[in-house]
Amino acid sequence: MELFISIFVATIVAATPLVFAALGELVVEKSGVLNLGIEGMMLVGAAFGVWAHFAGLSMPVALLTAVLSGAVVSLLFGVLALTFMTNQYAAGLALAIFGTGVSAFVGRGFGSTPVEAIQPLHFPVLSDIPVIGPMLFQFDPLVYFSFVMFALVTWFLYRTKAGLALRAIGESPDSAHAIGYPVIKIRYLAVMFGGAMAGLGGAYLSLVYTPLWVENMTAGRGWISLALVVFAAWRPLRVMIGAWLFGGMTILQLQGQAMGVSVPSEVLSALPYLATIVVLVLISQNRKAMALDFPVSLAQPFRPRG
Amino acid sequence: MLFKVEARQEPSRKMALAAPLIATGLTVVISSLFFLSLGLNPFVTLYTFFVQPLTTMNGISEWLLKASPLILIACGLAVAFRANVWNIGAEGQLIMGAIAAAGVGLFSPFQESIFLLPLMVVCGMLAGAAWAAIPAFLKARMNTNEILVTLMLTYVATLILSYLVHGPWRDPDGFNFPQTALLPYAGMFEVFDYSYRLNTSIFFTVVAVILAWLFMERSFLGYKMAVGGVAPAAARFAGFKSSSSIWVGLLVSGATAGLAGMTEVSGPLGQLSSQISPGYGFAAIIVAFIGRLNAFGIVLGGLLLSLLYLGGETVQLSLGLPSSIALIFQGMLLFFLLASNFLINFRIRAIAVRAH
Repeated sequence: MELFISIFVATIVAATPLVFAALGELVVEKSGVLNLGIEGMMLVGAAFGVWAHFAGLSMPVALLTAVLSGAVVSLLFGVLALTFMTNQYAAGLALAIFGTGVSAFVGRGFGSTPVEAIQPLHFPVLSDIPVIGPMLFQFDPLVYFSFVMFALVTWFLYRTKAGLALRAIGESPDSAHAIGYPVIKIRYLAVMFGGAMAGLGGAYLSLVYTPLWVENMTAGRGWISLALVVFAAWRPLRVMIGAWLFGGMTILQLQGQAMGVSVPSEVLSALPYLATIVVLVLISQNRKAMALDFPVSLAQPFRPRG
Repeated sequence: MLFKVEARQEPSRKMALAAPLIATGLTVVISSLFFLSLGLNPFVTLYTFFVQPLTTMNGISEWLLKASPLILIACGLAVAFRANVWNIGAEGQLIMGAIAAAGVGLFSPFQESIFLLPLMVVCGMLAGAAWAAIPAFLKARMNTNEILVTLMLTYVATLILSYLVHGPWRDPDGFNFPQTALLPYAGMFEVFDYSYRLNTSIFFTVVAVILAWLFMERSFLGYKMAVGGVAPAAARFAGFKSSSSIWVGLLVSGATAGLAGMTEVSGPLGQLSSQISPGYGFAAIIVAFIGRLNAFGIVLGGLLLSLLYLGGETVQLSLGLPSSIALIFQGMLLFFLLASNFLINFRIRAIAVRAH
């Protein structure tokens, strides 16, 4: 039971950076834009979060710095993809490379200095309930915030007029433009939201999860977040489920390494990546489910006429 | 004064040539500002970055040595990208090529045979192509996104390499360093001059550039693939199969990446270690775009990116700047390049505003 609880808790925590980044990308893709640069934006968020922390700023301000840095760096992609109408694949890759470089530059000198991580909360009474207490009421605030963001994103996309506009733009920017929606402006906002969320996901890694700055510390989580959005067939709840699955995979392989399973550690480390491939293959089989919520205009440049 | 953006009737040839120059110029300007903000003299820094590396024979040898794998990989990638096949995992294919070549070099019975090197070339290319065949199969048969699969396989390839050099392939006399024994002499490319590292493997790159040009500009299959990339519906109508584009694009780019890995092992490295490439597979994506997916453009792009690597090392050594600067410049260059490509298809016109 102890082991089960600890694996459960660790899974939710490991999934949290993926939840942030993938929910952000979900909104971006729903607006018809494909930003491949999540890995770079996460790293930028992680590095600026640590930088702000060591600059003596309080934890909330450090997180805010990470969020802002993610949003700002996403604008580089936004300008290219939306204003200059470049190939979105190439612009996203440029952001991934650029973000990796910027983060390594900003984070230099902070390597291996541990961060005073954000501590788990302790609710009176609730946290002390056996089993349920440790499983539900002893997380750090950001884990709860990731659930809040999930609820907000779902509500926004499916229950608000702005969300409807965003989805309409993702389906058919020309029609949306004809009705009078500001396509480019809404796409810019979506891209910045995606950047902010990726920045937060990165900061979660460097300020809570690890918690210290290591070059390239995201280790492919940005790309896995992209895969999660595909896996989720562009639906928020499935993004969450996917993130937990991958979180669980990460934790199981770490557990396996800790328990000294007689397989090389590299085999275990490769599991999350291989699982991503397997899951992608399985989900791509169901073309109908994939097409249902797929934003039709994804990755196609849009230029308003007239 | 106001500015208005107009679509051009047809793409401007002048701008197609000017765009990379504009992008390079902007990168230099912005990086000067960046150096200024760090309190460095931008002229000294830029000189150290872009000129000093080329002032010695050794520098020029290193320049070509680094440009060679970049150009080689980018030629393969251009074939894929033209067909809208997004192989982002050339780094992984490079690693698999290097592993296969080193495996043959170290453990095959032909240690002193003149056939060792050709065998390593073939195995390196096959391994790279095989690693790329996985996403090709999944894309062509299972409709699975190749971007994500090629990338995930890059992480897997890195782990395989790490396993080998930490485990079964580790040099028993290597003081526990994570690296293999040195390759036999027969498995190494000749250097042109014993003072420098530039070696004969550069001829592969020259041949690859020519072949890539012939394939993309002069062959029917290359034409079919390009049509499929630009106008998939038209290609389907004409009966061109998209699955053959996927296969050819990925296998060709995988093979060139694998060959690049092999030339690194049989060239400057001489053995496998846990770090065998400074991100050539990723940088080659930028090279392919800088070269506008054209074989000869790629040569220039490769020389430019190689200079960025070299400059990064030089400023690290002589000015104490972190090598991550090279990565920042790479990203910035690609940003500016993509932005200036806009000028090829659009024109910005100043329009006078009448006073009321």
